[in-house]
Amino acid sequence: MGNPAQGGGYLGIRNLYKAFGDFYALKDISLDINQGEFVCFLGPSGCGKTTLLRAIAGLDLQTSGTIRQDGNDISNLPPTERDFGIVFQSYALFPNLSVEKNIAFGLENIGMARDAISARVRELLDLIGLPEQAKKYPAQLSGGQQQRVALARAIAMSPGLLLLDEPLSALDAKVRVHLRHEVKELQRKLGVTTIMVTHDQEEALAMADRIVVMNHGMIEQIGEPTEVYREPENLFVADFIGEMNKLPGEAAGRDSCKLGGLTLNCREHGLAKGAKAIVALRPEDVIPHEMPARKPRAASGNSVPVTIGDMEFLGSFWRTTLTGGALGDVELTAQFSINAVRRLSLKAGKDILVELPADRLRAFPAGSGQ
Amino acid sequence: MSMSAEAKLLHPGPTVKARMSRDDWVMRGYMIAIGIYLIVALALPLYAMLSKAFETSRFDLAQFQVQVSDEAGNFNAGPVRLDEINAGLGKLPPSDLETSADGRLDLTQFFPDFSFRSPVKYRLIPSGGDAVYLVGSERFTGPEAGEFDSNTFRKVVIRPVQDFGLANFRTYFSTPALFQSIQNSLLISVISTVITVTLAFGFAYALCRSCMPFKGAFRMIAMAPILVPSLLPGIALVYMFGNQGFMKELLLGESVYGPIGIVIGSVFFTFPHAMIIILIALSISDARLYEAATALRASKWRTFWTVTIPGARYGLISAAFVVFNLVITDFGLPKVIGGQYNMLAVDIYKQVIGQQNFQMGAVVSVVLLMPALIAYIVDRQVQKKQVALLSARSVVYQPKPSARFDWLCLGYCMLVALFILTILGVCQFAALVKFWPYDLSFSLKNYDFDRMDGGGWEAYRNSIEMALLTAFIGTTIIFTGAYMVEKSRGFESGRALFQFLAMLPMAIPGMVLGLAYIFFFNDPDNPLHFIYGTMAILVICTITHFYTVSHLTAITALKQIDGEFESVAASLKQPFWRLFGKVTVPVCLPAILDIAIYMFVNAMTTVSAVVFLYSTKTALASVAVLNMDDAGDIAPAAAMGMMIFYTNVAARLAHAGLSRYVLSRTQGWRLR
Ligand SMILES: Nc1ncnc2c1ncn2[C@@H]1O[C@H](COP(=O)(O)OP(=O)(O)O)[C@@H](O)[C@H]1O
Ligand SMILES: [Mg+2]
Repeated sequence: MGNPAQGGGYLGIRNLYKAFGDFYALKDISLDINQGEFVCFLGPSGCGKTTLLRAIAGLDLQTSGTIRQDGNDISNLPPTERDFGIVFQSYALFPNLSVEKNIAFGLENIGMARDAISARVRELLDLIGLPEQAKKYPAQLSGGQQQRVALARAIAMSPGLLLLDEPLSALDAKVRVHLRHEVKELQRKLGVTTIMVTHDQEEALAMADRIVVMNHGMIEQIGEPTEVYREPENLFVADFIGEMNKLPGEAAGRDSCKLGGLTLNCREHGLAKGAKAIVALRPEDVIPHEMPARKPRAASGNSVPVTIGDMEFLGSFWRTTLTGGALGDVELTAQFSINAVRRLSLKAGKDILVELPADRLRAFPAGSGQ
Repeated sequence: MSMSAEAKLLHPGPTVKARMSRDDWVMRGYMIAIGIYLIVALALPLYAMLSKAFETSRFDLAQFQVQVSDEAGNFNAGPVRLDEINAGLGKLPPSDLETSADGRLDLTQFFPDFSFRSPVKYRLIPSGGDAVYLVGSERFTGPEAGEFDSNTFRKVVIRPVQDFGLANFRTYFSTPALFQSIQNSLLISVISTVITVTLAFGFAYALCRSCMPFKGAFRMIAMAPILVPSLLPGIALVYMFGNQGFMKELLLGESVYGPIGIVIGSVFFTFPHAMIIILIALSISDARLYEAATALRASKWRTFWTVTIPGARYGLISAAFVVFNLVITDFGLPKVIGGQYNMLAVDIYKQVIGQQNFQMGAVVSVVLLMPALIAYIVDRQVQKKQVALLSARSVVYQPKPSARFDWLCLGYCMLVALFILTILGVCQFAALVKFWPYDLSFSLKNYDFDRMDGGGWEAYRNSIEMALLTAFIGTTIIFTGAYMVEKSRGFESGRALFQFLAMLPMAIPGMVLGLAYIFFFNDPDNPLHFIYGTMAILVICTITHFYTVSHLTAITALKQIDGEFESVAASLKQPFWRLFGKVTVPVCLPAILDIAIYMFVNAMTTVSAVVFLYSTKTALASVAVLNMDDAGDIAPAAAMGMMIFYTNVAARLAHAGLSRYVLSRTQGWRLR
């Protein structure tokens, strides 16, 4: 029942600011989240993700700005009067209560019959795959199991909004990857609108329907995982998510730029001619070609003759650095598929021609993206 | 652009004001209630005492005019101001016009010709409403004039005006018998501090760094003095070194009554406090430093001075200030063994109880408050630094056996233990014999407290009742108060004020608190006057006196539990008290039991605050020890002192048993 005048969506945040004394941890945050969506707040540590999450929960009130949930203004409500479940990085499981008592904590004392409660607890334990652990205490469970209990407790009362603050970052890498899928699966099954805070871009890319990239208390970009990956709106996003060549150059035409001695076609950039720019290209977007029999002396179009540096095998692909007369001082990192390496018999020291696709090549203003 | 300039540009919208939930209201209300308790039980009494100390009374002669008639009773001459008469006669210098709050000035002295048989009449004309005079016991206020015949004029006195100033302190510092105590108190405290900290350091060092046997037993013996009133060692010293003392010769003719006795007794009762602080400091210092020192082939002696002492420095400084504070504020010990040697805390007692000069008692209290306050503030600062050290990761030191060093430590600890056990043993022995040192046959007559002054067995029962009430109510108030201040949302300034109030009691010596209670609660205009002389005021006073340490214990325990429990409970729509009851209290139960036993033991042993506040119906065991000793019933005093000891031992055993039970019940979830 989102109010269209408020911008629709299940959760609407408008012009949110949060000050700690003179320091602003959140600056002008506006954001809409749809019913059933899985949204990740992604950004470096200290950028204000937790602060934003706690404002949404009402645990630490914003300094100014409004929050609407399900059509109601909840901006100044205490947490007890909001509709959410939450999982913290520490899980905050009650150590002296058994797993089932932890999960039932919110169900007791709301007039629910005892059988109904234990039925619900059993259902939740099945859902998180821990039906055998009901009587154990949190300290007797592994980190991953504790995490799932915390999740079960948070969804026990079927809240309209699920908030997760770095729920996986206390776990070791393998468990983390496994739980990613479980959490995502669970969310899809329940259809609960979910916000997860993380500083791990892989996690965000793997789990989110949409990612909110944050930096210095501001939103840098909002978009689907492929969108923020393929179409970063600025150098910060480009750099923070995935790997990126950041090459010093300058703007040439409306859709071209200079790099070393080269002029390359690139995406429209809106920079003035001659302005200093950072030219950005993902390593996997570099396309290798056989050097033609008649070796071109200079680049033509976006094809550049280069020399392959040391090759590093990383399991599913090869990584290398490319240098060459046309590139000047610039060193380009590239990733080549195993296929391509075999097909073109690429090896260190070999001269090849690489294509830097114009639609993947972008120029951002120099000095941005910190 | 500076941060603040940027800040001004930001957040254009209106500032969001939190809507308080019911929980917020309840928690805030509860915190305010305990805050008000602290204000009524601490801040207001202190204020009453301070204003008493600075209140001055002075006869203002300029307030009155006197007209004298001729022998026929006709007032021919005009009225003359009293101050002019006084100046003309050169009678009273200004210092003689300073007086106490109930001073009275006789007027006939200003009339050299006065005779009560004379037919001359006197007319007294006060200038305004604050000019007060008495005729006999009847009180008159200006500007109503009075006319008296000579016989009645004898009974006319004027009353002083009240003002605030330093006059009382001038009196204090011009009375050598009084201000000599400052020097005495400082001297005794410094000497006791040096000796105690040195001895305690050696003991803690042996416990921590040697492989000697019986460490647990030594530790228990070292802690025993906490379980007795501070005046008990004084009684033992009387038996050991007093006029009939069996070890009297050891003092080479010096009297134990005075500095020597106070210092020995102070070392006894402050030893556990210093030992435990230093032990903690030593046990947290980092073993890696020792390994490094060994690797560098530093000598033991060098390692001691370059690693051990600096590592324990905060503990040593903190222990020193704690001991200094305990000695300078202690009243029971110098009362028993001090003889003619005056100390500040005893002066307060003498002024109030002996001379009924409450105002001078207040002045001495202010004087005593100064060093106590300074020692307290330094200790707090040092403790904070120590806490910072604690949180840093360090490796626990594992001592290696070394026969010579371990034997040395064992010998030393045995000497200290012998000292402590002798003091306790002498008291117990004296209590159980007919008449030390003449008739050493066994007798229980010293336990026939009902035949002595001091309150009898009733006092002992009162003490237990008081200690149980203090432990139960005090723990409840202090723990819940700490919870509210630690876990509630918002209301920063209120919480800061609460923290300040909770930290204040530790800075206030017991004597000062007790006297402040007299001023505040014994004021008939105070609506709380009715609790004066009841058990309630003793309980309130004791809870307040020992509030700070318990509060800190509670805060430390609360800080150790996850700060997000409240957030989780709120997200589950649960009221805070459900979380408090089902999670916070069970998790903090060991700390809660610690607070309760601390309260109980201190309530059993405290003398200083309650000595001003007990009534005949609420006499206490610790005060009975003091009063029986005062009355010369030293053996019964020792017997009662040992009763307190055994009661506290029993309480500690019960506490240990209960703690173990709680831990075993909860082992399932405490295991990591
Ligand atoms: N209670 C607080 N007082 C002052 N500064 C705070 C407080 N909480 C967070 N901050 C600051 O706000 C910024 C954002 O913090 P946070 O939201 O926790 O970052 P993160 O994105 O890592 O979750 C940080 O610079 C942090 O230091
Ligand atoms: Mg965070």
